[in-house]
Amino acid sequence: MKEDLEDANGTVRFQSVDDVKDKLASALYLSNDSIAATVYLADRLGKPVLVEGPAGTGKTELAKAVAIATGARLIRLQCYEGLDESKALYEWNYRKQLLRIQAQKVSDEIGGASQTWSEVEEDIFSEEFLLTRPLLEAIRAQDKVVLLIDEVDRVEIETEALLLEILSDYQVSIPELGTIVASQIPMVFLTSNNTRELSEALKRRCLFLHIDYPDIERERQIVESRVPGIKTELIDQIVRLVNSIRQMELKKKPSVSETLDWARTLLVLGISSIDSNSAKDTLSLLLKYQSDIDKASKELST
Amino acid sequence: MDLLTDFVGELRSAGIPVSLTESLDAHASLSAIGVENRSLMREALAAALVKNASHRVVFDTAFEVFFGLTSPDGETSNQIESDAVSDESPNLMGQKGQGKSKGTGAGSGYSPEELAEMLYNALLNGDQDRLRQAAQNAVSAYAGMEPGRPVGGTYYLYRTLRNLDLDSLLKRLINGIRSKDSKSPEADAIEERLNREEAQARIEKFKKEIEEEIRRRLVADRGRKAMAKTLRKPLPEDIDVMHASREEMVQLKHAIAPLARKLASRLAMRRRHKRKGPLDWRATMRASLAMGGVPAEPKFKHPRQAKPDIVILSDISGSVASFARFTLQLVYALSGQFSRVRSFVFIDGIDEVTSFFETSDDVMHALHRINTEADVMWLDGHSDYGHAFTEFWGRWPDAIGARTSVLVLGDARNNYHATQSWVLEEIAQKAKHLYWLNPEPKAYWGSGDSVVGEYGSFCDGVHEVRTLRQLEKFVGSLD
Repeated sequence: MKEDLEDANGTVRFQSVDDVKDKLASALYLSNDSIAATVYLADRLGKPVLVEGPAGTGKTELAKAVAIATGARLIRLQCYEGLDESKALYEWNYRKQLLRIQAQKVSDEIGGASQTWSEVEEDIFSEEFLLTRPLLEAIRAQDKVVLLIDEVDRVEIETEALLLEILSDYQVSIPELGTIVASQIPMVFLTSNNTRELSEALKRRCLFLHIDYPDIERERQIVESRVPGIKTELIDQIVRLVNSIRQMELKKKPSVSETLDWARTLLVLGISSIDSNSAKDTLSLLLKYQSDIDKASKELST
Repeated sequence: MDLLTDFVGELRSAGIPVSLTESLDAHASLSAIGVENRSLMREALAAALVKNASHRVVFDTAFEVFFGLTSPDGETSNQIESDAVSDESPNLMGQKGQGKSKGTGAGSGYSPEELAEMLYNALLNGDQDRLRQAAQNAVSAYAGMEPGRPVGGTYYLYRTLRNLDLDSLLKRLINGIRSKDSKSPEADAIEERLNREEAQARIEKFKKEIEEEIRRRLVADRGRKAMAKTLRKPLPEDIDVMHASREEMVQLKHAIAPLARKLASRLAMRRRHKRKGPLDWRATMRASLAMGGVPAEPKFKHPRQAKPDIVILSDISGSVASFARFTLQLVYALSGQFSRVRSFVFIDGIDEVTSFFETSDDVMHALHRINTEADVMWLDGHSDYGHAFTEFWGRWPDAIGARTSVLVLGDARNNYHATQSWVLEEIAQKAKHLYWLNPEPKAYWGSGDSVVGEYGSFCDGVHEVRTLRQLEKFVGSLD
């Protein structure tokens, strides 16, 4: 059924894995084999992608880049504890419903067009009174969309079940209205910081992508593309040093965005080559805990 | 495609849960992505089959065994595979200098000096292809592989590495990189460090190449399924802590932080959602405003649950030391979820080490201090549970209150000393719970000098805890 949908709409977004890489690169996102292959498969198989990995490695960024690369609208659902149906899926606009009922009463009193209760009921449970929330919006969208469900590990395990119908069948069932089926299959990305084990049911429905800290070569390219005007030798030093710091046992390892911050700072300060002193002075940009900073500067000077 | 089915079977027997849907996805991914590019193929299969990042190591090993024989350059067909098998076999026979192995030129016709030189150059330039070639030659020259010999890959790996003398190579490499890269002769401390790490990373890479090469040849010799079985690695959560190799210890160390995080959030969440309290009038009224004053949505108070109070008594004698370290590390990573944690370590004497953890941010540092500073020796440094318990009860009788859960970690191998189990009986009466965690397999309990049966009769539970999975299950049930 999914394939039928796809064929009917001709929504093949990417031609090949290399095409994915190129298009993401044009959105300023440097991918690698595993990222590009998974995105390509997500498009081909029509499956959601569960992206996992340490903070600050570009999980959310990936969804944004895919949206830009495919020229789609990004719909984002930020998850948090206590997220429920009425925030994620849909809600009846009861204020408007109340008004509608009261208006009916008034029109009855002044002798206007009289409606039976069942007519009124049918009326107030129509799409006009439906407030769409991100998930329903993504399903109903006529244009191209990318759905990003951010930090899905923050919701309770019971709330996860809410997502299952959407992720496997791309449809939403509303008791009063019936089932709304997606007119086109959106690309769906779920991100997780792995603070808890997600349910098997959810994992089974998704392709899995683990994004780790980039290797030296990829991080070099990232810095190069994101920090214009920086010298190659300096990038080389920065990237190798950051990589070396990540090998230490730290509370929080420096993320890619922190590498970029550091690179920009060094550029602004006009430092063309890092030595022990300049490294120590600017370590606070990379590391966010005092104990980490102490540890790193101690290790770097030995 | 049959190969893929076998591969999925292998993953399942290694403990990775692969459902039918995921297996179908894997087939679909393969047909979508093709088999021309091995790296892409691996990633595609991983995306469909592996849903837990820590299972990747196991997956990669299995992948290498099943799909590794196809040459890395990207040509794949059964034809080439069988060629490779027949090509490699002369090497296995050890016909030095004659067997021209595929793509490597003269297989092992190099003298040790030539080989070392070749390896050094490959390492210095970071040349991937040359490195692989060097690995192939080194294996041919040193591993002395014989077909059908029932030894594991580690044996060959050891033989090869011993002959290569990588330590001196490392030093040479550091010097080489330094003279090649730096323009100024007096290199900075940082530059020095980076060079050293770079060199180490390259040597590591070379070791991996050798390992892979040995595996390739073993697979060619013995067939895929047989090798998959011998090379199978346990998942990190299934590694037996008492018998972990050094490599596995590293994996365990990495696994414990995320595990603690998961457990902490699970404990916190359970505490919050366990039970609803009485009606909260204020919150209900507030919510009713949105409905025009109709209290349609009653709100309830959440009673604050008391956090458990933990006392750990841990045997740190040689036989169970590594297990004690992991458990202490995990419990302290979770300390926010408990109202108080006090820890005591013993061998035949006992000492309190709570302050080590409180004064230091770093658990590893605290564990190190335990090993060096804690006063746990009384007579001879052989475990004496009876004496340790009596001393504990005499010196810290107030450590245990009515809300305390007491965990005893140890194998209860008492070296035939007096058990003094009356102490445990009294502790059990005073404390809320008393649990015993035993890192020995259940089958060994009660054999020899193990007195876990006697102690266990006073405990609320005696658990076999040999792997992280078991530890996770136990800690998750604490309240």
